[in-house]
Order: sequence, then structure tokens, then C-alpha cells
Amino acid sequence: MKIVTICGAGIGSSGILKVNAERVLRRLDIEADVVAADIGSIAQVAADAQVILTSAEFVDAIGKTFADVIVVENYFDTDELTSKLEAALGD
Amino acid sequence: MALPPLTADAIELRADAADWRAAVAVAGRVLSRIGAATDAYGAEMVRMIDEHGPYVVIAPGLALAHARPGPEVRADGLAIVTLATPVSFGHPHNDPVSVVLGLAIATADEHLAAVAELANVFNDSSAIVDLAAATTAAEVLEIMRAS
Repeated sequence: MKIVTICGAGIGSSGILKVNAERVLRRLDIEADVVAADIGSIAQVAADAQVILTSAEFVDAIGKTFADVIVVENYFDTDELTSKLEAALGD
Repeated sequence: MALPPLTADAIELRADAADWRAAVAVAGRVLSRIGAATDAYGAEMVRMIDEHGPYVVIAPGLALAHARPGPEVRADGLAIVTLATPVSFGHPHNDPVSVVLGLAIATADEHLAAVAELANVFNDSSAIVDLAAATTAAEVLEIMRAS
């Protein structure tokens, strides 16, 4: 499975989301590649992604996608990430 | 690549900032002071927010200001700024902001170790509140040492 984290620069915030998503996925025992990217490269990077993690500001720019787009409010709250990833991947 | 060790020079406490632009500018000045970025980097960080919105407010009370790796970055570096009066960035959930981190990253490929350190500190939800309340650089260094 591929998960993409998106922010404006492709560093910083998307990096923190990647690090914390990997921590949560390990705890949930889910295998996934998590890739941090900037919104400008969304088309290439997310073409084969199942899940996109990002902030509300980028939802419109992400546009049409087959991936589940998950909006994260607190990037440091691993409980929030856990419940949102479980809800998206749990079926 | 991990961030260089945090020093008192990289910390600015109870800074006066009238709005989010001024708050991000303070973080830019600190990054310039510690040699991590040129004077132009602060304006780049502001431009990212103008362009993409207040997404840098990634947790309640905390903004992670940053721009892309580029000519304004001299070396990886982190600035920690707390505000005398919290400011609004216009974020739907996480305003007002009382702690602004300024992050300069020289090479995108190598920045994950640096942000992993930040996650180690801030995944503890008390870290932001403790930083906002800190009155000395020594207290800040102690909070950040949690990584």
C-alpha cells in the first residue's frame, strides 16, 4: 500500500505527517510505503496511492483522486492519526 | 541528517508580534542570526503561507514555519519563538498560535531525521503549552531535550 503526505513545500509538515503515520502504521501492524511530497507533485506522486494525508488547505488542490483523502488537524496527535487511518483502511 | 544541537541563540522568548507575518519574520531573523539562512528566508516563509494558506499551524498553538530548500538556506537549522501575545493565522482548528518554529532545511532528501526529532518532542501534547510558558532559554532547552 502507498500513502502520500502532502504539504506546500514537501518538507517540514509533510515530513512530520510521514514520521507519525509510520509510527501509527507500525502499531496497527499495517505495511505501507509513506511518501512525503509537495502539492505541486501530487499528480505523479499520488497516482497509485491508496491514502493521502494532508491539511484542509490542500483538499481542493488535490482534486479528483481514487485515494482516500484524510484531513489531519493535529499533526502531533497520534490518536487522531490512528483513528482516521483505521477508519480509512479498516474495510 | 539530524538538526544541529539547539543553542540559546536559536531561542527568542515572549517576542512582540502584531500579527502572523510579524511572528514568522521573528523566526526568520533568528534563523539568520544562527547562520541557518539569509535575511531573505523570513519573507520566503511568509510567501509559503500566502500561497498555500495557514497549513503550517500543524497543532493547537503551534506553527511550523518553513520554506523550500533553496538559495536562502545556508544550513539546516531550527528557531524557536514564543510570542508575548498569541496571534491568529486563520487556521480552522489550531489558532491562536503562541509558539512559532522556524525550520530551514538544506536538502529535502535528508530532512526526515530532523523532523522525526520534532515529532519525538511534540507528540507529547504538553510540550507546546510548556514552551509557551517558558521564561528562560534553559527551560526551552530542557523541553526540547525530550527527544
